[in-house]
Amino acid sequence: MDRAEYASYVYAVCRPPGAGALDGATGVGGHPVHLVAEGDLAAVVSAVPLDEFDEAALQANLEDLRWLEAVARAHHGVVDRTARRTVAVPLRLATVYRGDGRVRQVLREEHASFDAVLRRLEGCVELGVKVYAETGARRPEDAPRAEAAPPGESPGKAYLRRRRQQRESRDDAWQRAARLCEEADEALGALSRAREHHRPQDSALSEAPGENVMNTAYLVEDARVEAFLDTVRELDSRASAGTRVEVSGPWAPYSFASPGVGV
Amino acid sequence: MSEPTPWRGEPRQIRSSGGSSSANLADVLERVLDKGVVIAGDIKINLLDIELLTVKLRLLVASVDKAKEMGIDWWEHDPALSSRAMKRGDEELEEENRLLRERIAALEEGRAPQVAADGRADASPEDAAGAAARGGGVSGTGADGEEEHGQG
Repeated sequence: MDRAEYASYVYAVCRPPGAGALDGATGVGGHPVHLVAEGDLAAVVSAVPLDEFDEAALQANLEDLRWLEAVARAHHGVVDRTARRTVAVPLRLATVYRGDGRVRQVLREEHASFDAVLRRLEGCVELGVKVYAETGARRPEDAPRAEAAPPGESPGKAYLRRRRQQRESRDDAWQRAARLCEEADEALGALSRAREHHRPQDSALSEAPGENVMNTAYLVEDARVEAFLDTVRELDSRASAGTRVEVSGPWAPYSFASPGVGV
Repeated sequence: MSEPTPWRGEPRQIRSSGGSSSANLADVLERVLDKGVVIAGDIKINLLDIELLTVKLRLLVASVDKAKEMGIDWWEHDPALSSRAMKRGDEELEEENRLLRERIAALEEGRAPQVAADGRADASPEDAAGAAARGGGVSGTGADGEEEHGQG
C-alpha cells in the first residue's frame, strides 16, 4: 500500500507568468506551488496529501471552521499572488485532481472556455463595495438587560418590546441606506466593466459594525481603479449619518470567473 | 505602461486590501466558496454554501447572547453543551455509582435484604438465591436451595 499518496490541488488557471513568478510560493498545508503548463494556459497547482483531501476527509474537514479558514486563506494567498503577475481565473476552493497529468488533460479539454474568460478578464481587477446602515441597535448601551425588565414582564416579552423600539428608530437609517445604495451602484457601475451583486454579509461573519445592505463586486479596468476609489471615498464622505460605504480589494476576479458571468 | 502587474499602482487608502493576509475572512470565504470557476475535480465534494456557513456561525455565536436575553439558557443544563452541566452530570453519576456499589457489596455479603424482604410471596430466582445463601448450606447447590425453598 502506498501510504504517502498525493493529489493535485488547483488554485487558478492563468496565462503562463514570467519565469520565477511563483518562486517560493506555498499553498494549502504549506506545500510548494508549481505550474502545470499546456500551450497558452497554465494551472497553478500544489500537491496535497490525499488523506486530507479525499472525499471523506474533505467532507469532514469542510465542517471544521478552523481548517476551512486555513485552507481558504492559503487558497486565496496563491490566487492573489498569481493574479498580481498575470491574468488568472480563480478556481473554487478544493478543486482536486488525481495528479498533474489529469490537470493537463483538463486544461486541454476546457481550453476554449478558459481562454474566453481570460480574454475577458485581461487588464481588470475586482473591487468589492459594501454599504452599511448603522442602526445603533448593536451598541452595548442599548443591549437589553434582564434585570431591567419591569416586574411581571417575561424575558421574552421584554425582548420583543425592545426589538419593536429599535425597529422604529432604524427605519430612517434604512431609507437613507437604500438611497445611498442606488447612488453608489449607479456611479460605480458607470466606472466598471461588469458588476455582480452578492448577498449582504451577515455581521456574525464579517464582524463589521452595522447592517450590510449592499455587497457588490465590480470588474474594473486597471486604468480606472483610481477613479473608482476616488468615487467610493467621495460617496462615503457625503453619506448621511448612520450609513457608510467601504471598498475592498483589488481582488483577483473571483466574482467574474465563471463563463457567462459579467459578460 | 509596461507594468506586468495588474495592480502595481496599489491604491493606498483602501480599507481592507484583498491582497493582504489580513483580508476580512468573510470576504475571503465569500469568494473562495461561492465565486471562482467551478470545474469538476476528481474528488467530488459538496462545498458548504456560504449561506449555510453563515447560518451555522450565527447559530454558534450570535444567538447565544440573544437567547440569553430572552431567558433561554437550556444549553447550560445540557451536559453535551455545557461543561458546567457536565460537571453536575458527573456528580450525579458518581452518586449513582456509589449507591450501586454499595448495593453490590451488600448483595455479595449476602445481606441482599430489602429486595427479598419486601413481602412478595412469589419468590423470584434472586430471592431464592438469597434464601439459599442465607440458609448457609455450604454444599447446597442453587437447585437444592430452590427445591428447599419451594417445599418450605
